[in-house]
Amino acid sequence: MTIRTLRDYGQHYRPRMACLKNVEVFVVEMQDPKSGVKGADQKLNVTIIPHVINGQDVLAWIVTKMKVTTEEAQAFGTMLVAYGYIYPLQNHRKLVLVPDSTLYRFQTPYFWPVQKWPAEDIDYAIYLARRNIRKKGMLEPYEQQHYDNLHKWMNPKWDFIVMQATEQYKANKERKKPDRVVLDCQERAYWIVHRPPRRTHSAMDYGLDRLIDPNAEEVLTFDVVRRTNIFLTQALMRSAVKSSVSLTAFVKFVTTHHNHDPFLTTPVPSNPWITDSDEFWQLNSRSVDIPTKLSVERWVLSFWELISDPRGRVDFKLFLKKEHSAENMAFYEAAEEMRWGAASAIPEKSQFIFNTFLKPGAPRWINIDGRTMGLTVKGLVVPHRYVLDAAQTHIFLLMKKDTFYRYLKSPVHKDMQKRALVPAPHVFTDAQLEANVRNRNPGISPILQWQQEEEEKAAAAVAARPIDVKAMVATNKLDRK
Amino acid sequence: MCDQTFLAITFGPCDSCSENRPLMNLYIKTEPINYCSLCMEIMACQGLASGETLKSLKAESETLRKKLEEERKKLHDVELEKVAEKAEALGELNMKTRRTLKGHGNKVLCMDWCKDKRRIVSSSQDGKVIVWDAFTTNKEHAVTMPTTWVMACAYAPSGCAIACGGLDNKCSVYPLSLDKDENLAAKKKSVAMHTNYLSGCTFTNSDMQILTSSGDGTSALWDVESGQLLQSFHGHSADVLTLDLAPSETGNTFVSGGSDKKANVWDLRSGQNVQSFDTHDSDINCVKYYPSGDAFASASDDSTCRLFDLRADREVSIYSKDSIMFGAASVDFSLSGRLLFAGYNDYTINVWDVLKGTRVAILFGHENRVSSLRVSPDGTAFCSGSWDNTLRVRQEGRGVGRELKQGGTTLYG
Repeated sequence: MTIRTLRDYGQHYRPRMACLKNVEVFVVEMQDPKSGVKGADQKLNVTIIPHVINGQDVLAWIVTKMKVTTEEAQAFGTMLVAYGYIYPLQNHRKLVLVPDSTLYRFQTPYFWPVQKWPAEDIDYAIYLARRNIRKKGMLEPYEQQHYDNLHKWMNPKWDFIVMQATEQYKANKERKKPDRVVLDCQERAYWIVHRPPRRTHSAMDYGLDRLIDPNAEEVLTFDVVRRTNIFLTQALMRSAVKSSVSLTAFVKFVTTHHNHDPFLTTPVPSNPWITDSDEFWQLNSRSVDIPTKLSVERWVLSFWELISDPRGRVDFKLFLKKEHSAENMAFYEAAEEMRWGAASAIPEKSQFIFNTFLKPGAPRWINIDGRTMGLTVKGLVVPHRYVLDAAQTHIFLLMKKDTFYRYLKSPVHKDMQKRALVPAPHVFTDAQLEANVRNRNPGISPILQWQQEEEEKAAAAVAARPIDVKAMVATNKLDRK
Repeated sequence: MCDQTFLAITFGPCDSCSENRPLMNLYIKTEPINYCSLCMEIMACQGLASGETLKSLKAESETLRKKLEEERKKLHDVELEKVAEKAEALGELNMKTRRTLKGHGNKVLCMDWCKDKRRIVSSSQDGKVIVWDAFTTNKEHAVTMPTTWVMACAYAPSGCAIACGGLDNKCSVYPLSLDKDENLAAKKKSVAMHTNYLSGCTFTNSDMQILTSSGDGTSALWDVESGQLLQSFHGHSADVLTLDLAPSETGNTFVSGGSDKKANVWDLRSGQNVQSFDTHDSDINCVKYYPSGDAFASASDDSTCRLFDLRADREVSIYSKDSIMFGAASVDFSLSGRLLFAGYNDYTINVWDVLKGTRVAILFGHENRVSSLRVSPDGTAFCSGSWDNTLRVRQEGRGVGRELKQGGTTLYG
């Protein structure tokens, strides 16, 4: 059991429980004598308890008021019980709304969650002590455990606690029997919500407290205001786009990607999660020979889509090799690696990139304008992570605005479009589906795949290294005929 | 976006201290200057100049804010509903649970998908972090962290490592191995150090960098190999609860949401707060970028989810209903961006039509709060983790399908 240090937030609606404001309005409406849920008197073990409602009525009322389905109303009703706004009379530990003749009562506002928050240990101790006296030592096991714990922790205050408990017990005896029973039910319900026994579902558990009290008034010192002013000035200078333009862009994005969204269009051959066959993933993997038609259609949408898809990137590189402009993509990839790579590798990588791509007379010299080249070379003197940003952006835009369109018109791409597969949708019988469930393919571990890719990359790097003619002559590899 | 940042100088000599540092592009009375973050702080904290008082600064703040609102209003010429009328209506969606992953002994707090579209890492309150192959429901790796409340976990893009952290104020990276008997905790690497609990972490485009957010109000970018702090981001006035990295081609920004009801967009390189949105009424529990990178959605304790347009710099849509009164804990978009899945504290998941603003479906099944929700990288399914100790993978129920009755073989108990 946790003893929490008391933090006074000075207000009733803690932000994590902001939802309860609306819930309470709702519960008040529920209790309205004219338009709320109809309650009746119920006889329970000799005493007559007033204002008892049954689960069915509550559910029907919620459905009509909120205009929702029964399932949703059931979920909401259960939340009301879990927070303690309505409590069950008979099976008092089960905090769910059962939509039949199970009996419930509205909790008195005194015991609503926000009113007495947090539920204090000392109050719980007094309650348990009083219960102990009443039941003559026969507490429930979880209550007994709490009682023993509290007794240990609150030992110095124990005389006070017992004194309070006996006073309250005597005062209770003065009350009329029905009142006593009702009050007892209410209090018991309150404590079940705030100190739930094991395996009871109480909604009071909200997780961890926030570190900084969000309700505390923000102290605005002059530096905070200055920073806000700097931010606002910068925001004013930045240009924004018209709503119509950006919103139309969203609609366009959704429409173009509609066919690629597995939630909107059933994927072919079949969704692996539904039929337990992972053919969909195999057909779209990086190393497949012929990609699916859907993938190829996606590549056409934008340059970014093309290079984000590993199979698409392979295709694009093939096209670049034919055009003898593979150095652009190689530079882009090398710059990406440097940007997102380890800090210790930066000097080495920047040296490699300079020697391979930027140095005058470099083997894979990239063609960028003089200004950018000047900036980049100057920056490489003291290399840092973002030194290649300007060059990288230039090359990316070049590929996006020029090479990409040439790729789309190229025979490589057109050929791929013709050859692309349209896999037939799977039609499995029940027996086959059961077989699929039993034989789910474990697939390749991503670690193995990563190792494979690294090996391929290393091999490609070796192959791309410029051939040193002199060395080859020296070892007599070149036959001079 | 790419064109705008073409010539912006993000690294170089600071105008004030002349040292080579990542630079922030600021404007002082419409004059552009490039300061490093340290000089900007010094400038902000300078004593009040003659003639300046706190009151005059606040008045200046008010006028700037009004001016900004006017400017934005001029550009606001149409609502999303109007533009979305052209979009066709969605059919009925019938989602079923395809897999239930049982094995955590306590609340599941966070989960993440691997880029191979079938593996999941999930973390729970009792300190256990489990890597599952969700397709076969096998547990592949399990790590016990020396802390409880592991609120953040992430899968590396290569699939070879996981990162997690929580109440220990650190983010630790565990390289995964093929050897099943190896003790993963032996190779653990402590990367991030915050002064309070870790609320979110994500790898950037490689295994070498991690972005973290913490309850101490800051976010930070770290180098995994050396544990070095590369950039820190200050600006939230309360706990930062969530963050998401932009999927765009430039990949230079990320958005974070906090307990101060604000969602801030940051530049990764300079640490500058580029945009800020504060229309929520309560803590923001989760933020996620739209697939195109031009917008993001947020889920908050005020029971609403909202869509913010980054190019027009305003909130464009609110997803709420009178019958939903409990806070939203997590959101994610489907692949096309048409559907928004949101997990709530009343144990349900609501599916919203992003363009039309209506609710498409409500999903039940969890027995406690839905704490985290993510769509798989290729959009074939989504997984929700809940405080009822389970994770559920769900997909559309059209056509054939089988609900799994029993979990597969477990490799780790």
